[in-house]
Amino acid sequence: MSQINRIKGGLVNQKKSISFTFNGQILTGYEGDTLASALLANNKKLVGRSFKYHRPRGIVTAGSEEPNAIMEIGNGPYKEPNTRATITELYNGLEANSQNHRGPLGFDLMAITDFLSPLLGAGFYYKTFMWPKAFWEKFYEPAIRNAAGLGTLSTEPDPDTYDKGFRYCDILIIGAGATGLSAAITVASSGAKVILADEDFLMGGRLNIESIKINGVSGSKWAKDTVAALSAMENVTLMSDTTIFGVYDHGIYGAIENRSSEAREDKDKPRQVNWRIYAKRSILCAGAIERSIAFGNNDRPGIMLASAVRSYANRFAVATGDKVSVYTNNDDGWNTARDLGLKNVRVVAVIDSRSISPVLRVPGAEIFMGVDVVDTSGRRAIKSIKLSNGKTIDTDCLAVSGGWNPNLHLTCHHRGIPKWNEEIASFIPDESNPPGMSVAGRAKGTMVLSDAIIEGHNVGSSVALDLSYNVKKINPAETPSVSYSVTANWGVPSGKNRAWVDLQNDVTAKDIKLANQEGFKSVEHVKRYTTLGMATDQGKTANVLGIGIMADNMGQTMEETGTTIFRPPYSPVAIGAFAGRRRGMEFYPTRYTPSHKWSVEQDAIFVEVGMWYRSQWFPLPGETHWRESVDREVKQTRASVGICDVTTLGKIDIKGADVSEFLNKVYVNAFAKVPVGKTRYGLMLREDGMVMDDGTTARLSENHFVMTTTTANAVNVYRHLQFCHQCLWPDLDVHMISVTEQFAQYAVAGPNSRKLLQKVIDSDCDISNEVFPYMGAGEITICGGIPARLFRISFSGELAYEIAVQTRYGDSLMRALMEAGKEFNVVPYGTEALGVMRIEKGHAAGPELNGQTSAYDLGMGGMISGKKDFIGYKLGMREDLLRDDRMQMVGFKPVNAQDLLQAGSHLLNLRDKPSTESDQGWISSCIYSPILGHYIGIGFIKSGHSRKGEFVRAVDLVRGNDIEVEICSPHFLDPEGERLRV
Amino acid sequence: MIINHPLLGPRDSEEFVYLGSADLIKRPNNWEEDASAEDFYQYQYIRENIAGDHRELWYHEQGDQSWLVVTRNTLSHEILNVELAQDVSREIGRGK
Repeated sequence: MSQINRIKGGLVNQKKSISFTFNGQILTGYEGDTLASALLANNKKLVGRSFKYHRPRGIVTAGSEEPNAIMEIGNGPYKEPNTRATITELYNGLEANSQNHRGPLGFDLMAITDFLSPLLGAGFYYKTFMWPKAFWEKFYEPAIRNAAGLGTLSTEPDPDTYDKGFRYCDILIIGAGATGLSAAITVASSGAKVILADEDFLMGGRLNIESIKINGVSGSKWAKDTVAALSAMENVTLMSDTTIFGVYDHGIYGAIENRSSEAREDKDKPRQVNWRIYAKRSILCAGAIERSIAFGNNDRPGIMLASAVRSYANRFAVATGDKVSVYTNNDDGWNTARDLGLKNVRVVAVIDSRSISPVLRVPGAEIFMGVDVVDTSGRRAIKSIKLSNGKTIDTDCLAVSGGWNPNLHLTCHHRGIPKWNEEIASFIPDESNPPGMSVAGRAKGTMVLSDAIIEGHNVGSSVALDLSYNVKKINPAETPSVSYSVTANWGVPSGKNRAWVDLQNDVTAKDIKLANQEGFKSVEHVKRYTTLGMATDQGKTANVLGIGIMADNMGQTMEETGTTIFRPPYSPVAIGAFAGRRRGMEFYPTRYTPSHKWSVEQDAIFVEVGMWYRSQWFPLPGETHWRESVDREVKQTRASVGICDVTTLGKIDIKGADVSEFLNKVYVNAFAKVPVGKTRYGLMLREDGMVMDDGTTARLSENHFVMTTTTANAVNVYRHLQFCHQCLWPDLDVHMISVTEQFAQYAVAGPNSRKLLQKVIDSDCDISNEVFPYMGAGEITICGGIPARLFRISFSGELAYEIAVQTRYGDSLMRALMEAGKEFNVVPYGTEALGVMRIEKGHAAGPELNGQTSAYDLGMGGMISGKKDFIGYKLGMREDLLRDDRMQMVGFKPVNAQDLLQAGSHLLNLRDKPSTESDQGWISSCIYSPILGHYIGIGFIKSGHSRKGEFVRAVDLVRGNDIEVEICSPHFLDPEGERLRV
Repeated sequence: MIINHPLLGPRDSEEFVYLGSADLIKRPNNWEEDASAEDFYQYQYIRENIAGDHRELWYHEQGDQSWLVVTRNTLSHEILNVELAQDVSREIGRGK
């Protein structure tokens, strides 16, 4: 029969059925149910298997603290493991599966571990699987991980959408229970901007589960009316189904909003939104979480927290048993017995460990005072309990209350240390809450509802006043005062029966004792040794109980024992929510060069360089290997003319009266006297003397310079220049801005480059060798008046220019250059051909500028001016950096021209065996030179500059290559630079 | 964290890049003296590891590109003061 445990009333809509499946079985629930309440309504008591021993487990709580009822929701790529059934709002088509069992849930093959449990105490794995050592990673750990554990991942990409958002407010109120609502209605009256957030999809907190009255109406009605009143106010933002998971610096709060129902309707809508809330102040009204008591076999399905039993009856209209018993050490447990009675659910016994008079009259129930539960029976669901007075009681649901713990997690995110409060037998927040955070209500240890409501009101008023908002005169809501009294009860000796403390991690009282006996005295060590308080629930129901047992074991106070440190997140947050929309291609921005569209039309192959997409080569029909294309591009460029998009190089526009003085301080070589209309190569060091970057800087006019940097270092160099200016020489008249993206820049290289350019450059601009010589720079116009900049610089070693136009003309310019170049057989070339030509020419690039090379190592020591101070000068002159036996950059060519030379090869003297001691250096860049007809490389070798002509071996043990090479000048082609100057 | 930029008001620390101690402003000027090698070594490599108020350099890269000297308590992350680095540099005599 469907929903046999459903009773009347509650806050679910019993007129609206919802269909879902559990382990393949089709079940129904009602609108307003959680997955957990719907399962209980259908009498599904066994919902999972425990982490380590595969014990049958049932639902324990009705909130985010749930340790047992964690499930896999959805299937295929949508499957989400470890989802807490107690906070999953039921929806049509929900597909839930229990996890951590082999074979059916009712007969788990891995339950064998339970019978082996005497062997499997705390630290068992550490102690047992020690030998042989190599087995741990390969065999033991995978096997253990397979046997123990939680849900499984789909291993497919998550198809859901996640988003991020930002919100700002004066006062953030965390928790919309009685205290939070009381604070919110007070604060909101002042006009302050308020955000009220609650992790439940239904605001109201415990008011929705209690039978108390507020202002003469039911608690849930008062909550609903108050929420309605708040939602009508413009200065209030309500965020239900939103968990504040972390408190960060300066009033920044992390919040995760669950919008699953919306996302199911529309796949483009986010399933979760990760909010960053900026709040001037916050009021934590997170309430309290009930804890259990450690007694023998206290983990059977049907043993639940007393407040959860009450919640299922009052809010969800579900009877969790026909013969319910209650075991408590505090007054609040009795409320469960009373409320069940009001709902005509039979209560068979109330057992109170305190030797006092019964707190309430519970008709039909046996009352036991000063008595404990010591054992239970029932493999897949509880059948009976055994009491300390020897009596056995048949029961199908045991409601346990070990007292209430203020939910102070968020108060500790800035290392607040909770302090023990004997009166409520629990920890309360200390005074060192995160700055800006106030605490009110049960989260603060104010356990009586009527007091908590007044406290919410008072704290709200004073926080608003701190921000200069005056609240209107409002009377706090009224409710009868119900006292709360508790006597700590961490459990009774359970003999050989296990008494569970942490249900999620299968930690027993005995495990804690063992850890203490073995010398783990710190609560943090015990946590790590036993796993108490770990995993998805972070011990929300277990921690204080565990600390109590530890304190007893060690004969010390709760204060001395202390708590572990609470850290964000308060409850699990999907990694996808942190990523938001930054996945795949949106992980970071994609930067396209101005010639990208044209290059796509040419079927270019692209390579990611930083965030840029650059053309790597341009294959022609019939070319089957990249080398064919690259060799062709190089040959054609060197023979006639080629064009390459070099927009990605960093460009920095620098203006001011003192720019040349400034450049003198950041480059090793002299820049003080660069004439207008000239470009100069510059080498930049870090302060420690290592090469940082190189590039060219052109002087366009007296006070106007344009610097280029390498693609990779564009951001760093600009940041460095700003540092040098603002921090070191603040009064130099220098103004900089990055213009990398504002200008499209193309290299036009090869003997016919001038002829080609002359076809696009306006006729009044003379670029003849006489007027515009090597290293010339100037502003020109092209194509009938379009402003452009021309630099006669060369990376390829050919007669070459770089021409820059505003980015919006970039596409047109590429097309115009290609059109104009037809008669010269112009070729576009990509980064591979660029690399080939720079290695033929012996220019250092990324693999050489690795942060460990000095100007001397690169053979550029001669550039260093000894007549000025510049960044890196003094430390670059350190003795060890000037030694002749440093790794110095030179060229290498195979002795046998057919040999393959590979970058990454290590260099050895001819007769040495490969070893660290005999290592002489390495090949850093290597290519096949289509011009020379063999491989060439540049690299670093000890004393390289003085070893030219020597023969050594290039050894690549990884790829099995071992060849003889000759050390030579890195300038393989046109070492005198004649081609540049024609 | 929120850094109260002297020109732009409160900004999220995400907009900034961190460099390190504000002592990096105090670059030695005596490069011509042989003895200055030690000063440059101290400047480049030796840092106080302060548990308390620390003056440090932050760069507003995703903003106005100001270098700022932020005084931050390394234990509490409380930010006590934010200045423009160029003002600090001038105060210690690095201006003209």
